[in-house]
Amino acid sequence: MATPKPRVKVPKTASAGEIVTVKTLISHEMESGQRKDQNGNAIPRKIINKFTCTFEGEPVFSCDIDPAIAANPYFEFAAKVEKSGTFAFEWVDDDGSVYTADAKIEVN
Amino acid sequence: MNKKKPVLAAAIGLMAAMAIGPAQSDPVDDKLVIDGELEMVTRTKAPEGSPFEEVLSGWLYRTEETRALEADSFQNPGMLYVERGEEIWNEVDGAAGKSCASCHGEAASSMKGVGAHYPKWNAAAGKPYNLELKINDCRTANMEAEPYKFDAADQKALVTYIKHQSIGMPMEIDLSAGDMQSWWERGKERYYLRMGQLNLACATCHENYNGHYIRADHLSQGNVNGFPTYRLKQANMVSLHNRFRGCIRDTRATPPKAFSDDLMALEVYVTWRGGGLSIETPAVRQ
Repeated sequence: MATPKPRVKVPKTASAGEIVTVKTLISHEMESGQRKDQNGNAIPRKIINKFTCTFEGEPVFSCDIDPAIAANPYFEFAAKVEKSGTFAFEWVDDDGSVYTADAKIEVN
Repeated sequence: MNKKKPVLAAAIGLMAAMAIGPAQSDPVDDKLVIDGELEMVTRTKAPEGSPFEEVLSGWLYRTEETRALEADSFQNPGMLYVERGEEIWNEVDGAAGKSCASCHGEAASSMKGVGAHYPKWNAAAGKPYNLELKINDCRTANMEAEPYKFDAADQKALVTYIKHQSIGMPMEIDLSAGDMQSWWERGKERYYLRMGQLNLACATCHENYNGHYIRADHLSQGNVNGFPTYRLKQANMVSLHNRFRGCIRDTRATPPKAFSDDLMALEVYVTWRGGGLSIETPAVRQ
């Protein structure tokens, strides 16, 4: 997979105070840095090292990721929503690239 | 003295119950419903002439966590390759300036059911063709592009995408076309042929010992309805011929080349064995 592609799944609507499930997935090879190529040279580490989710600027979930995480990291967590707004997601790659996605939720 | 007897009898009864209790290694009794909508056939009556009464999808032999991954198309990492396959479908390649979509249009309609009926007799080549060979044929003849090398990332993604258009449809091949029957015979011979230093045939594990463990690996019937499959072990899509070769290597034999006559015959035979099971591509396995 050449360019990592993030995917998120958030319910479109919820009632105020409801706890919703947020699912995220990003395609990424998560090269651990522990492997060697055919000539015995170490393959440089290239992983997603940080993931954050915010709701209207407020942190919801974040974590640091280490080399033992498998390819295509998947995160699922719960969030309590009180008002309509947008979840913003961010994945930080070892090479400094940042991949983002967002998802709107309507609270009624 | 007499008072002690019931206790002893109960203890023996308990031990007996433990010994004959449900073996952990059996396939589970569970229903695969993708996204709570699409019901899949994971057990069905075996085709006439099969050694089994019922054919079972490999999904039933996997752990609860792995089964859940496949049941949710969002969590299923194989869907990333389906998305990549969709990009390739629309990408122009080769001297003729065509993409798959130039001729075949929307894959959702033009490819629906197509993958469920491969391998198929190819009269021009005089042998059965699987999707990989068919795609390469199309690439050279119509797109004037380079054929994919075996297990090229794009080949796996495109096959996954095309096969995925048949998800939930029963896998069924036509053995009456051309010389398919003799390829089936050859595949059957190959299936029961013991090979390698370990002297194992496909049937040794997948027919005689499915449901048992081979070291840490839970043996299934070896049905192919989920291929290409996302294998957690490789964290990647695994094509059928890659899996054939891996299995044969594990018997410590020299594996035949991918798409060789030996493996094409085996594909015909093994596909027939699992006939009637739903196409699960991209399935998730251990």
